[in-house]
Amino acid sequence: MKIPRCKGASDLMPQDMLRFRRIEEVFRTSCLAWGYKEIRTPTLEYLHLFTSAGTLTPEMLSRVYTFLDWDGWSGERVVLRPDGTIPAARFYVENMLDVPVARLCYVENMFSFEGTGQKSRERWQCGAELIGGTEPKGDAELIMLALEILNKLSIGPVSVKLSHVGLFKTLLKEMGLDEEEQSQRLKEILSGDTSILSNIEGQSPGVKRFLNLLLDLQGTSSGFLENLKSVLPKKLKPVKHCIDDLSQIAELLDSIGQDYEIDLASGEGFEYYTGMIFQLYSMGKALGHGGRYDELIPLVGGNNVPASGFALFANRIDLVRIDEAKPGPVKILLTSRVGQEEGMKYSFEIAGVLRTEGYVVQIDLGKDSGTEYHWLVSFERKGKQILFSLTDATTGEDQPELSRKQLLEALKAGAK
Amino acid sequence: MKLALPKGWIQGYTAAFLERAGFEYLDYSESSRSYRPKSKTFPDLFTKVLQEKDIAIQVASGNYDLAICGSDWTQELLAKYHSDAIVKVRDLGYGQRELYLSTSRFSGLHSVEDVKSVPGPVRIVSEYPNLAEAFALKLRLPNFRIFPLWGATDAYPPEHADLAIVSATSVEDIEEKGLIPIARILSGNACLIANRNSLEQKDMSSLMAPFYRTNPKVKEEEKELTISEIDSEDKFEFSLFPDDVVSLALADGHQQSHTIKFLKEAGLKVKGYRSPLPTRRPIPVFDGVSVKVVRPQDMPLQVANGNFDLAITGQDWLADQLDRFPLSPVEELVSLGFGRVRIVAVVHNDVPAESTSALKALMRSGEIPVLRIASEYTNIADKYARDNHLSPYKVIPSWGATEAFLPEDADVLIENTETGSTLRKNNLKIIETLFESTGCLIGNSNSLIDPAKKDRMERMIALFEKGLDQG
Repeated sequence: MKIPRCKGASDLMPQDMLRFRRIEEVFRTSCLAWGYKEIRTPTLEYLHLFTSAGTLTPEMLSRVYTFLDWDGWSGERVVLRPDGTIPAARFYVENMLDVPVARLCYVENMFSFEGTGQKSRERWQCGAELIGGTEPKGDAELIMLALEILNKLSIGPVSVKLSHVGLFKTLLKEMGLDEEEQSQRLKEILSGDTSILSNIEGQSPGVKRFLNLLLDLQGTSSGFLENLKSVLPKKLKPVKHCIDDLSQIAELLDSIGQDYEIDLASGEGFEYYTGMIFQLYSMGKALGHGGRYDELIPLVGGNNVPASGFALFANRIDLVRIDEAKPGPVKILLTSRVGQEEGMKYSFEIAGVLRTEGYVVQIDLGKDSGTEYHWLVSFERKGKQILFSLTDATTGEDQPELSRKQLLEALKAGAK
Repeated sequence: MKLALPKGWIQGYTAAFLERAGFEYLDYSESSRSYRPKSKTFPDLFTKVLQEKDIAIQVASGNYDLAICGSDWTQELLAKYHSDAIVKVRDLGYGQRELYLSTSRFSGLHSVEDVKSVPGPVRIVSEYPNLAEAFALKLRLPNFRIFPLWGATDAYPPEHADLAIVSATSVEDIEEKGLIPIARILSGNACLIANRNSLEQKDMSSLMAPFYRTNPKVKEEEKELTISEIDSEDKFEFSLFPDDVVSLALADGHQQSHTIKFLKEAGLKVKGYRSPLPTRRPIPVFDGVSVKVVRPQDMPLQVANGNFDLAITGQDWLADQLDRFPLSPVEELVSLGFGRVRIVAVVHNDVPAESTSALKALMRSGEIPVLRIASEYTNIADKYARDNHLSPYKVIPSWGATEAFLPEDADVLIENTETGSTLRKNNLKIIETLFESTGCLIGNSNSLIDPAKKDRMERMIALFEKGLDQG
């Protein structure tokens, strides 16, 4: 009986894996070159790592894969990691408290339930975290690193959208909502619906006008933020320091010459974000996001250390092109024409020699069709000698009775 | 068309409602025991009577098109399993129940605010573990532990749980159980629920119409989990609970009469441990021991986590615990010999299999594509399927009256039986005896080596062993 794949799970085909590994490789080499250290946190964590207020919303928590461990009689629950940043924060607190600035990166899978079973419930993310008092330069570094990675992957033009979670939090407070309602509205904003801000009742025309400006316009320079500040209604004065905060990052990006868009309506993110957040898009598709989470480290037991990070969605492999024109490794099928035991011994030995020369060698197990190779190599015994025959798999051209040395020379001469 | 009706306290009200709605059931009433009552009005309708807690799962999995079930149990299922497979069709306007967040009157937690400020893990006991978890998440409790219970929830706070989430019809109802409610978190009536596919694909209008004709003016209530605080500040008292006493759990329900008899023969007097039970905290007439009366199903887990040092339960429930958590610190200390039952695998008489291997052969032949195993002992059932390679299988948890599951809603049961007569009466047969089980004294392995408790534990064990000899 055919046993189907688990609902909501997906297989990666060999072609997908090539793309996946390419993303991983570009991500890793870039991060390492920028001084980030790669870590891997466990797939299982205690549930209560994620349940403190300010980490994940109850809605997200109601979709995690949680269960009782083998010692679950104590009531302790574990969870399949639903997020990468929070475990990285735990890792930092557990292992790196004495490091003034910690640069960490990881490629990890995250799990969360999705009802229809149409989307994958397991997502791979390439994450980078910069923990230590580095704002706003650290934020700029993360944005530039993320862009370098995406550019190296040749996905196409990538746009950066900036927003600010702290600004929304302050706005909701200043608009006179009670705590319960503030957290409810913020949840909606973080799930991508910023329009609710304009629907909050009881606001003066001045506040409404400002909100419209805030949500409708997309600025492309720090000047836009100056404009916003100049029309800031009195009631919303405390919002100013958030705009200032965003200005600093915008100015840094201006000075680097990096294009961006200030789109405050692009508020999607996690509850642990506290300040600037950014989204990365290409051709309308979200590729990743990041932001500042200054309250997370103390929440998981560390000191009051500010931090920020980003995650790229490695499941966007469909956007990564593998260069078909670039020649792959030369593939050889090696067939033995001597007795079985002796044949296997020589097959492994000769395949080993050819592999160290850089060829991909498959040993003929009797059922290989020979269609996907560049060269067919066989060997037979002539008296005391083992002699090789080399066939060009495309043309069928044959070079019989070669010594090992001649075989290697002939392969080199006919390089494909 | 298939309809599921509830057993238990709501059965009488449901029967009265169906009477008014004109279903004319022959054998569904407050005290009826038939699992498959017949409606005169709808002779083609297949009706099954199930434990209320089982009904929502049965409708969600498509075994029943329609069912009547308390909205609390529907919510309990949906709180954990986001499913659109269940559609609430109609509030039936009777059988109202409310879920309360409660503490003991001796608890230090007097309000929801107090609960939020507990530094360590908040221990919550409930028969509604999924709603308890949803509540803890909604309240943003940073660290909590949920202990699912079969019953006797009111016995746990304050020493053995910080909070209890219990169902009741009113605040007074809760207070009668010796608990103080600090918030109401859910409220609802009995509802008519339907399987979504059935609603989309089958014409059930004639069956649903009477539900709309009866009680047409029902006021629909919002059934979301909300936290409405109740001010109970003046009801709390202060009391110290000594923590060096050995705590002993005794069973209610089925096993109680056996336990009473054993304790009497052993000369261990416990004042107030009788039937009907006047209190969940009877007084032992021997020193250094406190006693609580709880459900025997819950004891192994509660002993493992140290809430009780000793408990009298069944070997079956201990096995079920150890099959799931083999390393949990709970062990059998004395086999007490009473209440002997066999734990058996059971199929319907129509199934052409007399053994587990014959059942396996049936599966291989493709006659049973996925084996559905219903049981109160979910972990024993799981192990039975694993050990016998009965793949693929599903374990359907049940909260009683499991024999009603065969043959429509399950293929095999893992059940206990004393004489086999209930099984025979339900046209069922045993294909394997897994093991025999009797009452036993179990203990927490850590308490046995705890210097503060060791001596008293050993004295208690000796008393039980002596009682065994005398009995």
